[in-house]
Amino acid sequence: MSEATTLTDPIASAQSRVPEMSIADIDLPKETVGDITAEHPAMTARNVNVFYAEKHAIIDVGLDIGLNEVVAMIGPSGCGKSTFLRCLNRMNDTIDICRVSGDIKLDGDDIYSKAMDVVLLRARVGMVFQKPNPFPKSIFENVAYGPRIHGLARDKTELEEIVHNSLERAGLLGEVKDRLDQPGTGLSGGQQQRLCIARTIAVNPDVILMDEPCSALDPIATARIEDLIDELKQNYAIAIVTHSMQQAARVSQRTAYFHLGHLVEVGQTDQIFTNPRTKLTEDYITGRFG
Amino acid sequence: MSNLNNASAAARPAIADKVRESLHKRYRAEQRFRWYGIIAITMALLFLGFLFASVIARGISAFQATYVNLEINFDESVLDPDGGRDPEVLRQASYRGVLRQSLQELFPEASGRKERRALLALVSNGAEFRLRDLVVENPELIGTRTEVWLLAAAEVDAVVKGQINLDLDESERRLSDQQVGWISALQEDGRVERRFNTTLFTNGDSRDPEQAGLRVALLGSFYTLLVTLALSFPIGVAAAVYLEEFAPKNKWTDLIEVNINNLAAVPSIVFGLLGLAVFINLFGMPRSAPLVGGLVLTLMTLPTIIIASRAALKSVPPSIREAALGVGASQTQTVTHHVLPLAMPGMLTGTIIGMAQALGETAPLLMIGMIAFIVDPPSGVTDPATVLPVQIYLWADSPERGFVAKTSAAIMVLLGFLILMNAIAVLLRKRFERRW
Repeated sequence: MSEATTLTDPIASAQSRVPEMSIADIDLPKETVGDITAEHPAMTARNVNVFYAEKHAIIDVGLDIGLNEVVAMIGPSGCGKSTFLRCLNRMNDTIDICRVSGDIKLDGDDIYSKAMDVVLLRARVGMVFQKPNPFPKSIFENVAYGPRIHGLARDKTELEEIVHNSLERAGLLGEVKDRLDQPGTGLSGGQQQRLCIARTIAVNPDVILMDEPCSALDPIATARIEDLIDELKQNYAIAIVTHSMQQAARVSQRTAYFHLGHLVEVGQTDQIFTNPRTKLTEDYITGRFG
Repeated sequence: MSNLNNASAAARPAIADKVRESLHKRYRAEQRFRWYGIIAITMALLFLGFLFASVIARGISAFQATYVNLEINFDESVLDPDGGRDPEVLRQASYRGVLRQSLQELFPEASGRKERRALLALVSNGAEFRLRDLVVENPELIGTRTEVWLLAAAEVDAVVKGQINLDLDESERRLSDQQVGWISALQEDGRVERRFNTTLFTNGDSRDPEQAGLRVALLGSFYTLLVTLALSFPIGVAAAVYLEEFAPKNKWTDLIEVNINNLAAVPSIVFGLLGLAVFINLFGMPRSAPLVGGLVLTLMTLPTIIIASRAALKSVPPSIREAALGVGASQTQTVTHHVLPLAMPGMLTGTIIGMAQALGETAPLLMIGMIAFIVDPPSGVTDPATVLPVQIYLWADSPERGFVAKTSAAIMVLLGFLILMNAIAVLLRKRFERRW
């Protein structure tokens, strides 16, 4: 029976993927300060609560992701910003012990309703992850995979066109156009992340979620991605989670500050960084904790 | 503050000395550790070398067989008195007489009944059937005198290979002085030759060592493993994929997992008993058949393959899954397009281990009757057959001297079979790995 002890406990292994919550003795505000709505919302979230088993990871969060704008989500480690982001394309479904309640709508459709197909949702709400994660296939195949499984291209020429356009818009085409058949994993970290962005936009989603897309990259690669995000917002609604306040200030129009599962303050990025309305936000952006 | 700094500055050389002292000890420990490793590997290689040397030294002679050249008088009056060349008549004719006659022409001094029998004992029991086959195949031989190479008896083979001490007293040998004399006479005549032993691969089992071959065992092992592979690989991979990627994590899947792990440790003979009770007694499948052997070995190898496949699936980084799900692939697409190809090399490794285990397995096959003495090669998975390890066991148990070398030769063939199988698997794995 010794085998029994070596089995991985599903709860424990899932919990190890749950961000640690830091316990701080700070008075949390009852309600979010600032305007959570956007002028042209692509996604609206209201009263979102997330539980990891017994742990209440997101508490009553409401936020809009607006068209043609970048929403940055900042906050100390474990504040729930990544968890909230992963609710928006139901990536949390893959964690067994995770329960989500509340009201998240994409174009007016409840994404957690029975009628919503999760495959369709993820085709419309793309995601770029913290660590560049290209498929261990060729550069071409990486970008072509999404359009292929969704049947977006009628023939090979159309598929090639989609791949070229996506790489072009991700600012990668010039660097890789002669080696599309080379493995995507052979690119540098920054190129890999741009490949992942190309892969995401190849499906032509409405919303792009980015989970700390630059945390594994050097400053030059980071600058390129930030330029890219700035360009992409003309066509997409973008939500980005970041640890870098400078990055939030550079790329976003609106900023949301999360703390211990609460959404403390939302506002125009200028206002949040120059004139925060809550003590918590001020402490965080001035570097008193975090 | 400055006091503290001064103190640590003074302590610095002392710390360096201490580190230097401990360095020696650490390097010695590392050296020792390295030597343990080298000694362990040397021991392993020595034992392996010893095993190979003893098996090869004992078995290599069995890859050669002794043949005797005799001028046979295919006498029409003996073989086909009617002259009708009827195949049935030719098949029934007395080739032993023809053989005896040709031997007697060579050694006319052997006149008595006992001596004539001793003379005939120089060639294999199968020699007369070889002559029969020659005549049935080519009836024009009748009425001619033709030189034919015939398989020598196992005792003659041993004398020619120098495996019998001829200084021993006649009563302690299986061949008399007279027979040894005949053999030397034949050798001087150039009528004795050692050739590659094709019989070892073309014949089935036999009571006579010189006629015993591995054909049945080789085919039996091949068919058995074919059944095992065809069943255990798809079932094992499907079970692993379901348990790892789709099954909900609850009490039932935990129970299944514990049971799979326990099944991997069940003695193989238990699977043999199960096969006997279920496949043969309940379902009425044939005894001694590779089909049943394959089914039993499938039961035995499934846990190995499932455990290895699950480990391979687990080792696929979760980021690949997230990437696929992130662009909108369904769970099944994620598994079949991305996870499975990446896990395939690990799954193949598990399968190789399972198949190698199955190839060497004897105990469960004894229970389903694959220990039978079988001469005719099987033509399918339902014909009675035996397998290589069981054949080795049977030969090792045989009292005749000729089977000593045969046993070692069979072990060499088994090892060759194993190496060939592994080589194919490694090649396959390389191909899968090349897809990054």
